[in-house]
Amino acid sequence: MTARPMPATPFVLAPPRAGTPKLRLRLWHGAALAMLVLLSATLADAASTGPAARAGILVILLKWTPLLFRGFLFNILISVASMTIGTILGGALGITLISLLPPVRLAGSVTMQFFRNAPWLVLLFFAMFLLPFQLRIGPLVIPLPDWLKAVIGLSLPVMANVAEIMRGAVASIPSGQWEAAESLAFKRRQQVWSIIMPQCIKRMLPPWMNLYAILTMSTVLASIVGVNEVMTLAGQVSAAEGGRTDLLTPLYGYIMVWFFLYAYPIALLTTRLERRFAVKM
Amino acid sequence: MQTIAAWFHALYETTGINLTIIYDAFDRARFINGFLVTIELSVICIFFSIVIGIVGAWLQGSQLVWTRRIVQAYIQLFRNTPPLVQMYFFYFGLSNLLPRLHAAGGDQPLLSGFAWACISLSFFAGAFNVEIFRSGIEAIPHSTLEAAEALGYTRLSAYRHIILPLAVRVCLPALNNNLVNLVKTTTLAYAIAVPELLYVSAQIWSDNVNVPEMMVVLLLVYFALVGLLVLGMHRLEFRLRLPGYSRT
Repeated sequence: MTARPMPATPFVLAPPRAGTPKLRLRLWHGAALAMLVLLSATLADAASTGPAARAGILVILLKWTPLLFRGFLFNILISVASMTIGTILGGALGITLISLLPPVRLAGSVTMQFFRNAPWLVLLFFAMFLLPFQLRIGPLVIPLPDWLKAVIGLSLPVMANVAEIMRGAVASIPSGQWEAAESLAFKRRQQVWSIIMPQCIKRMLPPWMNLYAILTMSTVLASIVGVNEVMTLAGQVSAAEGGRTDLLTPLYGYIMVWFFLYAYPIALLTTRLERRFAVKM
Repeated sequence: MQTIAAWFHALYETTGINLTIIYDAFDRARFINGFLVTIELSVICIFFSIVIGIVGAWLQGSQLVWTRRIVQAYIQLFRNTPPLVQMYFFYFGLSNLLPRLHAAGGDQPLLSGFAWACISLSFFAGAFNVEIFRSGIEAIPHSTLEAAEALGYTRLSAYRHIILPLAVRVCLPALNNNLVNLVKTTTLAYAIAVPELLYVSAQIWSDNVNVPEMMVVLLLVYFALVGLLVLGMHRLEFRLRLPGYSRT
């Protein structure tokens, strides 16, 4: 037995694809989603009893799309507003978590734990019921409509989570950075703002985006407390179509698809950033 | 018991702090019931979401590309859509497509709101758990898997006896986080009228107009529940720690 001679390969194996992965929204993603909607629609059609000629489900969905889309945009608006407020407050709360004064640190950490451990829905109820319907500051009267209260209610847990993200990012900076900054005679304020924070921003970005995705998912909670967003509108659409039970599956499936189309690219981008910023070990 | 009730009644009369859940037997029973439903819901969902996570992570390591794709589609679908919409989809949508039971008092849906809440929350948290277990599995050194293969383990038995026990230890902190989130997400069952803690609290505060007091009680109860879970998970983490791997 002789060793099998190695044949000279007549072709060159393609090198493994290098570089950052692209947004991999393949055709089958869209196809799977469309299938889901169609499947639920046909299932519902089959389940609907009575031969009465009723409008097809896809026609109904198409008819109400502009209204539902306006509701969806309102959801996005709520999420952006809450994220902005929550990030500003959370940044301030995060600073107290890395304070050198123990009482400040303790107060910050109690606040953070409290708002992080409370369910989002309970905090939303909290804001809804306990905030006044208008604020009176001297002669100035600021009305607080329901949606603004919802924004405030949602920004509370965002605040706590942003603070935690910030604390985690600061903790992940090697202590050598602090020591080096100190030995170069930077003041505490300069150490934090010019040396530690710029390194933290990069690490905070992926979890921050993750938080934004979670927040976007939570904006539908506002429908429970009576804000006119996409879920409330969906209920109204269902009522306007005569409360057809077979409409509900495709209707909620349709809304799910929208949220998916909004959140999935964000999730992909987050993974990509995470991979790029990953600490090389 | 009687004196405590009397004291809280007096507290209401003197200060206006109305804690009916302590001195009123009916409200107390309602509140305790809601508390038990929340715990039941949490325990069931935690169990099934972990099962989904373990099975899903195993399927994701499959050689078949379509199995992996289906699991991936499930994860992405449930991670990137709002849990409330999922719950409505299940409870209002799918529930209506299922056959109805003919009971004595008229037609009844096949599955109750509680069952649908369990199903939708388990699938929701399960999608996150699959990712968490997968990250734990990927953290296992490849040589460990090769050693198992060399010892003649099949894929399933290697997964059961070698990879999973190691992976669970690696991913416990992340799992901990997700389970805390799951317990907090059980409040969503309020939307489909499952009589859990938030739902009964809403009933109580609309009967007695004591929103601020109930709100504080509610927050404290959830704080305690989550604290208990975190404590338990930390003890588990400590008991399962690997020598040479634990951070402290």
